[in-house]
Amino acid sequence: MGIIKALKLGFNYLKYDDDGKVEETRRAIDDVNLDIEAGEFIAILGHNGSGKSTLAKHMNALLTPTEGALWVEGINTKEEPELWKIRQKAGMVFQNPDNQIIASVVEEDVGFGPENMGVPTQKIWARVGEALGKTGMSTYHAHSPNRLSGGQKQRVAIAGIMAMRPKCIILDEPTAMLDPIGRREVLEAVEELRRSEGVTVILITHYMEEVIRADRVYVMDSGRIVMTGTPREIFSQVDTLRHYRLDVPQVTLLAYELKKAGVNVPDGILTMDELVNALLPETPEKAFTAESITTSAPDETAAAVNMTAERRD
Amino acid sequence: MFKDITLGQYYPADSVLHRLDPRTKFVGTLAFIIAIFVFHTIPGYLVATVFLGSVILLSRIPPKIIFKGLKGVFMLLLVTLLFNLLLTPGEPLMQLGFLRITREGLTMAGKMAIRLIYLVTGSSIMTLTTTPNQLTNAMESLMRPLKRIHVPVHEISMMMSIALRFIPILMEETDKIMKAQIARGADFESGGLIQKVKNMIPLLVPLFISAFRRANDLAMAMEARCYHGGENRTQMKPLRYDMRDYIAYGILGGFLLVAVIMRVLS
Repeated sequence: MGIIKALKLGFNYLKYDDDGKVEETRRAIDDVNLDIEAGEFIAILGHNGSGKSTLAKHMNALLTPTEGALWVEGINTKEEPELWKIRQKAGMVFQNPDNQIIASVVEEDVGFGPENMGVPTQKIWARVGEALGKTGMSTYHAHSPNRLSGGQKQRVAIAGIMAMRPKCIILDEPTAMLDPIGRREVLEAVEELRRSEGVTVILITHYMEEVIRADRVYVMDSGRIVMTGTPREIFSQVDTLRHYRLDVPQVTLLAYELKKAGVNVPDGILTMDELVNALLPETPEKAFTAESITTSAPDETAAAVNMTAERRD
Repeated sequence: MFKDITLGQYYPADSVLHRLDPRTKFVGTLAFIIAIFVFHTIPGYLVATVFLGSVILLSRIPPKIIFKGLKGVFMLLLVTLLFNLLLTPGEPLMQLGFLRITREGLTMAGKMAIRLIYLVTGSSIMTLTTTPNQLTNAMESLMRPLKRIHVPVHEISMMMSIALRFIPILMEETDKIMKAQIARGADFESGGLIQKVKNMIPLLVPLFISAFRRANDLAMAMEARCYHGGENRTQMKPLRYDMRDYIAYGILGGFLLVAVIMRVLS
């Protein structure tokens, strides 16, 4: 059994009228089955309102299922009376960096989780030091969070979760409110944790570029999981993804359009290097890299940008 | 514009006073305030002055900054002085129309002035050398006995520290909303008092909605990080008395004792 397993998971949001009677139910999750192995990097994709955040909240028992069940390391979230024991195993990072930092000093915020778990003082300091080191925030330990950039704040939030030593870390659109630099910082920090700690990562996002390195991708639409597979498998189905109102990475889209125009390109191109090498098969001994083409062929990348720009709102 | 606001008025420096346990400083300030109301003779005030002066020297804070706190209470000081001066009955010294200044009034006003100035100076030394968070911690620790009569001590202190964290964020947000509304043609400047209050509505409504949203997010983030009340919670920075705290308590005790003895003897 994997670290997170869901069976026929269903969840309804209820809307109450003034008398406390159920006025309206909205199905947010419908018949979701999951089996995530320890150490995997999972990405969950979906447009707004597809139920991906609701699913994430089930994974650390902020919500409990209306139907079916979800197990975190074999504990059924519906049956455990002390929910914080589940939350300790599956930590969650939220979208808004400001709204999840509790203390006025970085190190105190990172220590908040261990304090709640009842870790002795000496060990809290060790955990905080370690977590800040791993997210590259050690130099800011005595700063006020108000003076940090968005990416730095989000790294503090990740450190705050890591200090709890979870088996699994769930990131609910952690980069949605960040600039490109902040996004890169956060993703690098996550990648580093996965490499050095072997934590299971569940990344919820609607940025396609972020899921390329995932082991497995789930695509959600109106509460259901509609596609599962490796990033390559998912991104080779450009039309299906568009049907679920999702974009594919720019390079993948360019490759797809080229193929439609008659150029011989394989399906599911994920990086610029792959596309360059696919387009230049006659010189396989000299594998081109992205750096070598950015200066020589700016038109190609510009074309890709223009093509996707129309579709992004 | 609001980025650099500091709450309370902590002045970072490296002094014995800064390093004292916040509880010591809190209790010390209370003791000092009691003492200046116990003293009522000139030698007594001299003792208090020497005490306050040495504390100021120990704090390594420029006196200019310490006395800045007095500006805020200047009006209060003036009104108190006038009332004491004019309304105390006793042996008349001067008569100006219906106004009469008495000897008792004069001494009373003098005493009140010294007491108020010392009170404000003493407590601003505490807030200048202690961060708001340390103060919150001290209050939680000092109020702990009240838990027995079901005062939610931990919750109160948690609320205070969260408020301290969010005040600058909400200030910045207010600034942002204000600019956004001005860009849409809102007017926060003109009109009388009532009109001005009415004009605040387009500012307050979005601000409140956003504050509630933040509160909701924060509650969820706290739960996600295993927050389940004050029970079985450990502290990352527990307050611990040091040798210097015991010495400070000793000095304070001596100071209070002097105040009481002088009062009894005179």
